[in-house]
This record gives sequence, structure tokens and C-alpha cells, in this order.
Amino acid sequence: MRGVLLAAALAVTLAGAGALAVAGEETIQLHEGSGRDIAAARCAICHSLDYIPNNAPVMDRGGWEKTIQKMRDKYGAPVSDPEAQQILDYLAGSYAGKP
Amino acid sequence: MRRRELLLGAAGGWFAGRALGALAAAGEGQDVLGTLAGKRPLIQRALRPPNFETPLRDLAAAFTANEVFFVRYHLAVIPRIDPASWRLTVGGSSVGAALTLSLRDLQHDFERVELAAVNQCSGNRRGLFTPRVPGVQWGNGAMGNALWSGVRLRDVLRRARIAPDALEVVFNGADTPVLLGTPDFVKSLPAERALDENTLIALEMNGHPLPHWNGAPARLVVPGWTGTYWIKHLTEIRIETAPFDGFWMKGAYRVPTGAFPGARFKSQETPETTPITEILVNSLVTSHVSGARLVHDAKAELAGKAWDGGAGIVAVEISTDGRQSWQPAELGRDLGRFAWREFRYRLDTSKPGALVVAVRARSRDGATQPDKLTANPGGYHDNIVQTVSLEVG
Repeated sequence: MRGVLLAAALAVTLAGAGALAVAGEETIQLHEGSGRDIAAARCAICHSLDYIPNNAPVMDRGGWEKTIQKMRDKYGAPVSDPEAQQILDYLAGSYAGKP
Repeated sequence: MRRRELLLGAAGGWFAGRALGALAAAGEGQDVLGTLAGKRPLIQRALRPPNFETPLRDLAAAFTANEVFFVRYHLAVIPRIDPASWRLTVGGSSVGAALTLSLRDLQHDFERVELAAVNQCSGNRRGLFTPRVPGVQWGNGAMGNALWSGVRLRDVLRRARIAPDALEVVFNGADTPVLLGTPDFVKSLPAERALDENTLIALEMNGHPLPHWNGAPARLVVPGWTGTYWIKHLTEIRIETAPFDGFWMKGAYRVPTGAFPGARFKSQETPETTPITEILVNSLVTSHVSGARLVHDAKAELAGKAWDGGAGIVAVEISTDGRQSWQPAELGRDLGRFAWREFRYRLDTSKPGALVVAVRARSRDGATQPDKLTANPGGYHDNIVQTVSLEVG
């Protein structure tokens, strides 16, 4: 399995985010805003971007902060501290729909 | 390079059709249908890893068709497995004779058994939870009932000469994370549950080989326990004397200790939290949704399903007076204690106006559905009494 994992990680590194993207993902458009590109690039390494709007009704700034931390600490997302801040500001600004 | 091309090729072949329309938040009444290769349109919760749920109309059948059975993955690298070269290894610290089994070995060297059982995602109905919690925002359809055929897990464990000191049995499938730093999806069961005669390694579902998206060529079937334990594309079993400490046991799929009834998983329990285990008694109306109109004085029948963690359903009761009095619904054929049970109830349409119907199921062990949710961070175990608001006119 390790070889496959490495190959998958390599594919992402070589081809950029979305290397493993599936048909239909290209139609997912995140809202305009500062930080959108870095959010899209980092999040799409592991999952399609529809996870973002689909969770928006449940999320506020604190929720996104916890989620970003979980992605970095538990799932090993390659996101630097400044990137995490940009992604948080973007998601909290554009996808915090919690009533 | 060849591997990379294979991966990309596999990914490119995932979808038969494109997602339809804009993506919408779940539970908002604007469900988007999408199609995975080999599946009919399902409610699309997320594309990659794929999470698709069964539309309500497809939950009306006694057995949920393979083409509409829900799909749930945590990790995005999902290989298509060649059944001829697939192998299942059995090893670990509590094994007398490590095994490597082919599909043919499982088909020919072990007794074939079959069993009907509900497979329900732990997070089914999370999107209906109040207060709302993060995670895949499932509606009612992250579940289904199927006839599972295969071999008993315990027969395989005994062939490997499981030792008396076995504490947990650990299961891994062929799906893997994109990044090395992401924990692989590996789950464990208490040894006694792994050795239960009803726990299967299933090769078939509803009389056909397992669909790719439901775990081909072999998956674990743990009747009565939530779907998180039903490892798909099973490739590795380890029998261990120590508690498994992987992320998906220690850091996910946990509920507050003591908050819910059902089997305990003692070797994984802490004073604060414990793994989710058995499905709680529950029911679902499949014939009507809130807002439906009934014709005055015309025949109308409410229908749906009731299920639990394996005690079996003994009654489904209906209230049309704000839960003050309850009348028994008619139960359908008993498909086995791990399957769901169909129910039917003739509605009184003689009075025009609002008709609010509440449904509650009761299991053989006396458990019934509660009126209030028990809050928990994962949004698990939503089995509160369902209300359907109809209009007669």
C-alpha cells in the first residue's frame, strides 16, 4: 500500500491540487474572496470542494478553526501557519452560515 | 509513473454522469442527485471521497437495491480490485496460523451463509440534528437493508487458530488516504463480537457480487452495529491481544460514555467517551413526507420501516393526536432480527385539515424511540420519534 500512497502523494505534488479530482468537481465554484485560491488548493488535495458549501450551514468561525486544526493535526494536511490563517479568514467570511 | 497513470485513470473513470445542477446544502430540501458508475442517481453529499445517500423512494422496497445502496468513504484513493488477484491476510499477535486467502478459498473452503441486515451509517440523519454538527450532512438515506452472503468471520478466525487471549480483531481495507500523514481507515471489534456467528465476510449483496462502491470483492458485515465497522474492500485482519490505538478508533466514531444503550466496547472505553456500537431502535416513514396532501375520504396508507440493533421489532405504533394515544401498525414479513421490518397503517382521512402523524417502534428488548435527541459531538444516534405533517383536503 505504501507504494500507492507515495504515488498518490506524488501525483498531487506534481500536478498540483485536484490531481485526483473526479468528473464533476470542475463545476464546483467557491465564492470570490481573498484566500479562496489557497483554500481551494490545499483542501482539494484530499477532498472535493463541495465539502465546504455542504458544511457551511453548520459552521461559524470557531467551527472552521477547529476543522482546519483537525485537518492539519489529525489528517496531516500540508498547510503552513500563515496559510491556515488565510484559509480561516476566507471560510469564516464566506462559508459561516450557522444560524 | 505507471502507478500514477493507473490512479488517474481509475479516478477519471469514476463517474458515469456529471453532477446535476448546483451543489446545495443538505437538509434544506434542495437535494442534488449525482451518479456514480454503476449506480442510479443518488443524493449527492460529496464527490471525493464519494458520499451518496439513497433517496427516500428507494427505501420503500423490502431490500434496498444494489444500484441505489448508499455509498460512504473517508479516503479518496479507492482502487478497483481484480477479484482474481485479491488476497485477504489474517495475522496478528493472537494467531496460531497466519493465513492468506483468495476469493476462491473463501468460496470453496468455508460454509456459505446468508443473512438479511440493515447497514446504517453512524452519522445517518446528522443533517437533521439540532443543534447542527459538522460532518457529512446526511438525511435519512445513509442506510439500507440487504441480503448479505459470504462466510462467517469466526470460521476464518478459527482457521487462523485464534488464541484465547485475543482481545480485539482489527480490519483494514484497500482504500487509502491521499497523504501519508492521513490515518488509514482501520477499525477494530471486540473479539467476542468478531466471533459472533452473525458477523460475516460478505462476498455478495442481494444475490450479486458486491458492487465496487459497497466494498467489492469482500466486506465485513457486522449486523446490529453501525456501518463504521463494516470495512469495505477487506484485505487484512489482525487478531490482537492489545487494544488497537488507530485514529479511527481513538479519535473518531465515539459517543459520551454511558449516554446511549447498547453493547459496550470495554477495551476502547474511557471515562469520557466510548466507541459507537449498536444501532438504536428506529423507524422511518417511506410513503409520505411532510407537506403531502391526502384526498378527503379517500383511502390512504402510511408505510415505512422499523429496525434496531438485533433484538428485533415487535411493534410499531402510530399517534395522530399529538402523541396522547397510540395505535398499532400492521407489521410486514419478518426478514430476520437484523433486518428492518415493514409497517403499514390506514390513515383516517374523514376530517379535512391538518393530520400530524407520529411513529414509534418498539424492539423485543423493550426499547422504544425517545422524544428528545441526546446531544453528542458526532451527531450520532438520531432515533427520536418522527413526525410527518400531512394535510387532508
